[in-house]
Amino acid sequence: MPPEISRADVARLASLARIELTDEELDHLAPQLAVILESVAKVSEVADADVPPTSHAVPLSNVYRADELRPGLTPEEALAGAPEVEDQRFAVPRILGEEA
Amino acid sequence: MNELITRSAAELAELLAAGEVSSVEVTQAHLDRIAAVDGAVHAFLQVDAEGALRTAADVDARRAAGETLAPLAGIPIAVKDVLATKGIPTTCGSKILEGWVPPYDATVVKRLKEAGLPILGKTNMDEFAMGSSTEHSAYGPTRNPWDLDRIPGGSGGGSAAAVAGYLAPLAIGTDTGGSIRQPSAVTGTIGVKPTYGGVSRYGLIALASSLDQAGPVTRTILDAALLHETIAGHDPCDSTSIDAPVPPVLEAVRNADLSGLRVGVVTELRGEGYQPGIEARFDDALKLLTSAGAEIVEVSCPHFVYGLATYYLILPSEASSNLAKFDAMRYGLRVLPDGISEPTAEQVMAATREAGFGPEVKRRIILGTYALSSGYWDAYYGSAQKVRTLIRRDFDAAYEKVDVLVSPTAPTTAFPIGAKVDDPLAMYLNDIATIPASLAGMPGLSLPSGLADEDGLPAGIQVLAPAMADDRLYRVAAALESMLLEQWGGPLLSQAPELEVAR
Repeated sequence: MPPEISRADVARLASLARIELTDEELDHLAPQLAVILESVAKVSEVADADVPPTSHAVPLSNVYRADELRPGLTPEEALAGAPEVEDQRFAVPRILGEEA
Repeated sequence: MNELITRSAAELAELLAAGEVSSVEVTQAHLDRIAAVDGAVHAFLQVDAEGALRTAADVDARRAAGETLAPLAGIPIAVKDVLATKGIPTTCGSKILEGWVPPYDATVVKRLKEAGLPILGKTNMDEFAMGSSTEHSAYGPTRNPWDLDRIPGGSGGGSAAAVAGYLAPLAIGTDTGGSIRQPSAVTGTIGVKPTYGGVSRYGLIALASSLDQAGPVTRTILDAALLHETIAGHDPCDSTSIDAPVPPVLEAVRNADLSGLRVGVVTELRGEGYQPGIEARFDDALKLLTSAGAEIVEVSCPHFVYGLATYYLILPSEASSNLAKFDAMRYGLRVLPDGISEPTAEQVMAATREAGFGPEVKRRIILGTYALSSGYWDAYYGSAQKVRTLIRRDFDAAYEKVDVLVSPTAPTTAFPIGAKVDDPLAMYLNDIATIPASLAGMPGLSLPSGLADEDGLPAGIQVLAPAMADDRLYRVAAALESMLLEQWGGPLLSQAPELEVAR
């Protein structure tokens, strides 16, 4: 696998990750990520098709709790850390872009 | 220096039980110490003097009333800022959570409160636990009490420095790839990462959910066992919590007999890249283990050399997903982008994350986004998950031959602040010995092995055991600790320079 990663790739990844990187950050990050990727790419040397993946260290099955009421946060507690609150709700910026 | 602050938690518990000292006095002594030296050390992001003294007074009153109390009741503790504490700001060392006051307690915190431990405050850490030096904290680095120009390890450098510098007798750390064990090694303290699932993750702000685990940071093995028993055990609020009895760690400390124990030395976790003084102290420790009746066997774990690469794919992938919740909508920072009159939620989110995340967090989120993106998933994340299986199999094969494994905890002693901060690969190498057990979910413990000859700084030895055999760590560590104490003529930390006290 080619561990090539360009400045444009990093810009696209940043937009997917919703981080507005500056030009300086893009210049700095692209070569660093290329070096890191080159180093981590060695996992493919030993990852044969017949090796099962491990997603979790301890084997687990799904756990359900009883469907019973239990105390939760009050609306005031839940909203206490919000950047903006309106009428006991989270106030958010518009969610649709210009073209919508 | 008030003599109370150099006591172990177990000693303080005896003094409290005998009525020779009150929890208010013990707690105040530590608050005074924090006031005197934390300007220089910067172990704490928040100090809750009022809350800690309130708990202490409450415990004193309950003790006076004849109530039966938990073993550590009244002993103050410092908590890493990654754990939610109701009413005390919790930032994870990040600007994106600056001033956030959680409306609930993490289960670990809840258990500390139920056991009557006054919480002194929240300790500094690399932002979202991403780092090995605490230099990636958005609030400035913590300094190593052994040498204030050096790093205290990371990500839990604040907890380790607090315990090493006598700012707290006990602390809670969290370990994803070594963030409890490596800081302990470079500060001359003890750190334990329990079996994954042994301690609840509820209220632990997730870095990599399949790896994160909270555990004790202390100055003695007995204290670690006491704290381990206080915080461990099944929690229905964490779906990965193990529903089984806590391994008998306290009993293991009290019956630390090594005769007939088979100790494996991992070939791949020493040699090139390990500082000579660290290897020398490690070899000395092996001799002590042998003299106590243990049998030393060399074992090879060939896939451990892929551990670092595996970890730096799995961790960023999980982190990029976990940190997506910092979207500027329900809590934390909200920054409006410049020059846009009516920004969309996405634009606000991108501007907030740009302003609120530091360089290492951005680096890892982007790396994780790449590793999980279509076209690369198989080669990167998929392969890493397979290698994780191979590493677990190496452990399983090793534990057929031996009872525990040992290695140096970290390849070097504490390095100067600034030395590796912009060289990610050099920084990542700090965790080379601690990562394999993290990937396999197995428990690990670091204790001091002595001072490295070349720089006089603490070296650490790591003990590893199979999942749910945490008690074996304590058995080996307690025996080794008592032999080392005899050799040193007292605790290693008594050889650390005295911190200058602010007036």
